[in-house]
Amino acid sequence: MSLDLLTYLFIGGSFVLYLGIAVWARAGSTKEFYVAGGGVPPIANGMATAADWMSAASFISLAGLISFIGRDGSAYLMGWTGGYVLLALLLAPYLRKFGKFTVPDFVGDRYYSSTARTIAVICTIVISFTYVAGQMRGVGIVFSRYLHVDIDTGVYIGMTIVFFYAVLGGMKGITYTQVAQYCVLILAFMVPAFFLSAQITGHILPQTGLGATLESGQSVLATLDKLSMDLGFSQYTAGKKSTIDMFFLTVALMCGTAGLPHVIVRFFTVPRVKDARTSAGWALIFIAILYTSVPGVAGFGRVNLIQTINGPENAGTEYAQMPQWFKNWENAGLLGWNDRNGDGKVQYAAGKAFEGKGKPAYAADDTRGELGQRLATNAVVGAEFDASKQPFANEVYVDRDIMVLANPEVADLPHWVIALVAAGAVAAALSTAAGLLLVISTAISHDLMKKTINPNITDAQELMYARAAAVVAIVIAGYFGINPPGFVAQVVALAFGLACASVFPTIMLGIFYKRMNTQGAIAGMLTGLVATIAYMWYFVWGGGTPDQYFMGISPGGFGTVGMILHFIVAYVVAQMTPEPPAEIQAIVEDLRIPRGAGSAHAH
Amino acid sequence: MSISSDNAQAYWRENLRIIMTYLSIWFVASYGCGVLFVEELNAISLGGYPLGFWFGQQGSIFVFVVLIWAYVASMNKLDAKYDVHE
Repeated sequence: MSLDLLTYLFIGGSFVLYLGIAVWARAGSTKEFYVAGGGVPPIANGMATAADWMSAASFISLAGLISFIGRDGSAYLMGWTGGYVLLALLLAPYLRKFGKFTVPDFVGDRYYSSTARTIAVICTIVISFTYVAGQMRGVGIVFSRYLHVDIDTGVYIGMTIVFFYAVLGGMKGITYTQVAQYCVLILAFMVPAFFLSAQITGHILPQTGLGATLESGQSVLATLDKLSMDLGFSQYTAGKKSTIDMFFLTVALMCGTAGLPHVIVRFFTVPRVKDARTSAGWALIFIAILYTSVPGVAGFGRVNLIQTINGPENAGTEYAQMPQWFKNWENAGLLGWNDRNGDGKVQYAAGKAFEGKGKPAYAADDTRGELGQRLATNAVVGAEFDASKQPFANEVYVDRDIMVLANPEVADLPHWVIALVAAGAVAAALSTAAGLLLVISTAISHDLMKKTINPNITDAQELMYARAAAVVAIVIAGYFGINPPGFVAQVVALAFGLACASVFPTIMLGIFYKRMNTQGAIAGMLTGLVATIAYMWYFVWGGGTPDQYFMGISPGGFGTVGMILHFIVAYVVAQMTPEPPAEIQAIVEDLRIPRGAGSAHAH
Repeated sequence: MSISSDNAQAYWRENLRIIMTYLSIWFVASYGCGVLFVEELNAISLGGYPLGFWFGQQGSIFVFVVLIWAYVASMNKLDAKYDVHE
């Protein structure tokens, strides 16, 4: 069967499955819509959390990122898993006992203030929207490559699918769809990972494969180090970032993970406090299966890529001899070749082959060179290079995002594996998008309409608002998918920074510091928000340069500083203002004891 | 609530102690081995990996998984001891 037909079958089949589940698990009440009725078994919730959490970024981008930055990628691996330890130990059980529907619910009730609630609503919406834009884009990219439609059409298809199960099913529909999506995405990630690992190292498991010894007698990592150094890249197992920057970035990612509203809300769906702890454990197991395989996939992919492009002699390969995948991705605009020395060979080394950010810009009329390669308008002229560091000038641009998607083709795996990867990437993007859209619609219908603007609306009306808000959110997310902001990476860093500097500390103080009051909480949240946004703004858009970094901390790690400021300001202000009323202190006492959680209740 | 306030206080204190113990391990495995002392550990090799690199990209994640489940077990025991389980 042809690759195209297989891809249609796999993606089409998975859509039928998701829609079937959506129809079966329609939500009939606000409680079902918001927290799936509070009756999800912990293991199912763990799977749903894992699918919710692992987005297009984890599935497509993470291995690519690590493949290119080597050891510094540890910050992401540790940050995006270690956050679950914080969730399990510090937040999830207590929030479950508190038993409301949303993060703003907790903030508003614990700090007895609609101002605090509103700030939490704003944080929730900003964090979730920055995130969802990237997901829609991910769906578009996968469709454009595998179904040969343009990216915009891909985004429309994705919007339609999400519309069905998020709007109809609410949290109940999403949860059970996510269980199915987890199975699809983990299979899609692991099958090629096993193949690759077995092919390169003889070990089935990529976890041990990365440490294995190759036929050459060197380990995979030593080979990578040598290849990288020979071509002028930095050593794979050495770090480039300073220790303090790595430290702050890892903290920001961990606490940010624990403070992301769409992750937290998943722990409201289980029946008991004890289940909240267990389901964090299950979630991390399901996540760890993928995350511990990522470094292997990244390493094998890198070795494969370098060896395929530069050939066995490490001298480059004739363009005419390049495999089909090279040309496919070149056509998709994610690979580029600029024959700087005019020898007709593709050569990959350190440095830029294209001006600006290094990415080729192609004209609309698709100009081709003599050998059939695409000609970019920003190709670097001349072939200068530092001969003491590398054997030739770099002529290639490889987009980091194609590593996982191209891996099966680079390794020449069977067609069904490639089709499976496409279905997995779509599952990863859709499951996360749906979870985020639900959080946004809940923030609007429940926290804003019901709790702030008009408390008298009925359950049925609230449900209608929730669905309407979901529709609006899908349309906005689709807009961002079609017209993506040009700084996606920075925007995602901002989402983590905000979650780390505002949501995480305020919830923690609410649970562990009984004396924390409205004034302290509001001052703390605002301090964290303003400090983090201002710092990122200055360095991303305001013309700040790296030598001006505070203590050498890059914007991605500044959320940690924002969190420290949040704690200090909140504490000082709380000391200077009256302590919270007795009934609030009683609530805090109560949420520390597991017994009597009952079901998640509305009010 | 079925338990006295003294009991609740004692339960909470023990809970905090458990949390602190596990978070120290969490800190050492990730920030200690994966960030702060990564260069020192890289001098040691484990199954083809430099040890610091291994902790940063694999080991810390395994430790996290074990930690959560150990915490679940500790808390289930503690809940039963103070009779606050559901």
